[in-house]
Amino acid sequence: MQMPPLDPDILRRRGEIVAALKAIVPGEGVIDDLDGMRPYECDALSAYRQMPLVVVLPETVGQVSAILRYCQDHKVKVVPRGAGTSLSGGSMPVGDAILLGMAKFNRVLEIDYANRCARVQPGVTNLGVTKAVEHEGFYYAPDPSSQIACSIGGNVAENSGGVHCLKYGLTTNNLLGIEMVLMTGEVVRLGGKHLDPGGYDLMGLMTGSEGLLGVVTEVTVRLLRKPSTAPASLGKPSSTARAADCVAAVIASGIIPGGMEMMDKDAVQCAENFVGAGYPLDAEGLLIVELDGPPVEVDYLVERVAEIARGRGATTVRVSRDEQERVLFWAGRKAAFPAVGQITPDYMCLDGSVPRGRLVEVLGEMRQMSKQHRLRVVNVFHAGDGNLHPLILFDANDADELRRAEEFGADILRLCVRVGGVLTGEHGVGIEKRDLMGVQFTEIDLDQQMRVKCAFDPDHLLNPGKVFPKLRRCAELGRVTVHDNKIPFPDIPRF
Amino acid sequence: MAGTIRPRSPEELRQAVEWALNAGETLDVHGTGSKLDLGKPMRCDQVLDLSGLSGIVDYAPEELVVTLRAGTAMREVEALLAQRNQMLAFEPPDLGPLLGRAPGEGTLVGTIMGNFAGPRRLSAGAARDHLLGFSGVNGRGEAFKSGGRVMKNVTGYDLSKLLAGSWGTLAVLDEVSVKVLPAPDQTRTLLLHGLGDAAAVTAMCAAMGSPHEVSGAAHVGDATALRVEGVAPSVEARVKGLRDLFSSVEMKELGTLESRAFWREVRDAVPLAAAADDIVWRISCAPTDGATIVARIKATRPAAKAFYDWSGGLIWLALPASDDADHALVRAGLAGHATLIRAPATVRAAVPVFQPRPPALAALTARIKESFDPMRLFNPGRMGPS
Repeated sequence: MQMPPLDPDILRRRGEIVAALKAIVPGEGVIDDLDGMRPYECDALSAYRQMPLVVVLPETVGQVSAILRYCQDHKVKVVPRGAGTSLSGGSMPVGDAILLGMAKFNRVLEIDYANRCARVQPGVTNLGVTKAVEHEGFYYAPDPSSQIACSIGGNVAENSGGVHCLKYGLTTNNLLGIEMVLMTGEVVRLGGKHLDPGGYDLMGLMTGSEGLLGVVTEVTVRLLRKPSTAPASLGKPSSTARAADCVAAVIASGIIPGGMEMMDKDAVQCAENFVGAGYPLDAEGLLIVELDGPPVEVDYLVERVAEIARGRGATTVRVSRDEQERVLFWAGRKAAFPAVGQITPDYMCLDGSVPRGRLVEVLGEMRQMSKQHRLRVVNVFHAGDGNLHPLILFDANDADELRRAEEFGADILRLCVRVGGVLTGEHGVGIEKRDLMGVQFTEIDLDQQMRVKCAFDPDHLLNPGKVFPKLRRCAELGRVTVHDNKIPFPDIPRF
Repeated sequence: MAGTIRPRSPEELRQAVEWALNAGETLDVHGTGSKLDLGKPMRCDQVLDLSGLSGIVDYAPEELVVTLRAGTAMREVEALLAQRNQMLAFEPPDLGPLLGRAPGEGTLVGTIMGNFAGPRRLSAGAARDHLLGFSGVNGRGEAFKSGGRVMKNVTGYDLSKLLAGSWGTLAVLDEVSVKVLPAPDQTRTLLLHGLGDAAAVTAMCAAMGSPHEVSGAAHVGDATALRVEGVAPSVEARVKGLRDLFSSVEMKELGTLESRAFWREVRDAVPLAAAADDIVWRISCAPTDGATIVARIKATRPAAKAFYDWSGGLIWLALPASDDADHALVRAGLAGHATLIRAPATVRAAVPVFQPRPPALAALTARIKESFDPMRLFNPGRMGPS
């Protein structure tokens, strides 16, 4: 992984930068010793490691503002970090950049049930929001698998999803407001407790911008009332093709399940060994469908889904009898990634999205590629929205296997784009998919995105080396070439 | 009198913009022009008419996505989806009649450009939440794209969010992919009677916080309306749940057809359409602030008329004609935003149509405009000075 070359001048000025940060954040908020910085050397994409210049953990918005203003004035790069659970290297440190950790912003500031929203600091965990309101029957809908650890601020940066997106949307569909600090140190508020912005939707732009545009210091999320029941059905399809067919048929019949997940044979076996969810071990694959709503609706829909599944060759259909069993059904799915760790020293988790109609074809080609690259692949995915999570199994101690795994991963993502999908459905581009951006976008597409970046961060100081395969200077991007009337009017109807 | 350019293909569209860039001609970008009386009045050198870029490119009901050209009429999209029992879940309003025009004139892309949404905004989101991707031309005459046709996509910045609600000031779109959803089998509406504005807002918030999945909560005149949609047994159970919740209030029920008519009127602000000289505002606020804001305005302007959608979070407000549309009064202390929807061009030219933003945000907004359209070719001044 090629990162931008380190700036020797910044490295030389490290002492001065540390002193300036200590003046802004007193006490133990600045970590500059190697042992102290070690925990920050990577995020959840742990194949790549790098020590930051220095770690700073501010506690107030004023401190964040002063840090960014200092960095802007002195042209020091900044990598923002929430809980460090990014699977794409979104918060991987950069050697000549400050690592700005937001973990101390961990308070729930306000819960407003009448307006169905909560105002929280960005370091609050995703699950922490639901925990704060569930006694009143409410919850926060997006539920990435890392929800026990990942922070809301990180969710905003990555536009995190989860297993219930098809029905309840991603982070971007569940935000009402944010407060953020710009590189200039200016603090701005977008949205609030009301819906939609009055001008350009800057909150929508910020969501999923991977920490490249600003640092979020407060988030107002939409709360939902918990559905009265939510049983999950487990279907055991006779083949993956039949399973994919089943998914399409459920949606075509007008049912939008709360969640619809598929696991292939290997994933089922690993998950079953790991948590004992009661999954059938002889299954070619498993389809988990969650239906939520009032009991009568769920009973009605469960029956219709079961009928569709049986009509398409599912050999077993099971419905969870109670909340405990529902949680158990999901436990296997949610633990699928760590469970796969039982059968491999390392795995690489990918995250492409494809049109549902191309699922079978994509899975088939992936099996072919698996032979070519001589590496196993296990599939766990959000079938309802076509978001794939292939896990490539390899041994990181074997340099050749690591190289083959990277090539295999890139091939899978190219395949996703070729069938009309995208490089990443919910994990973000980060450093992981950065160099593949050209597969999905033209240079013009990327230049336009970079110009938007320039509107926020003209010196490319925020989260450098992420998302864009090659950076162009803002001054160069901003130049307009006008040919002074030398272009004749094209042959277009004119009145 | 401005000339009109009517491209017939994405490449012609790109050439037209490239020409305008080099000739230094500004462009009034529009589909059918149904919303020309909305926003700041503009004076442009040319009209860029997108009606030549029309038609459905691809519709995949089981993928829940439709791809279409920018000039495609809303009517055509809605008719197509209805054939497969699907819909645009954000319930796009038709503001034609409110603006003194015929109904059914607009395009889907025009609605996206205003980021409009109807009563189901509460549960299904606005236009912004349904735009999956687009292709178009920026102010440098370059064809570019963002997003895609899949439900989950975080590859690169989500420029779709930025384009939705940009009133054509950032780029000219030629194609969009939009998420669609199954239409509900049944719709029922519970009308609660006799609640004042404040009590109505409290009741709507209670209903929205109940597990009965209310998909519309409006207060019009004497009626507080709660909508429930879905499969028959579910609708039945949830309506009963709501009846129990409000057992002390006098109520009436509307069936599927009556409900559709009722919510269409709420969606299109029909209650305020008739008094054509009135100034009309659309105010987005926290639901529990709705009644307070209206009471404050009525204290100064007793002739004001209002109704509420979005559980109190959307106020449709009509005020007697004035030179300044009472914009200072409407926006005093407002936590949210107020948009001037209907007023004579002279009034819209004189007062901010869209909610003014604090200086740091206004400057950022101007830089974003510049990043797409550095020479300010597209709809100059449509959203105000920037």
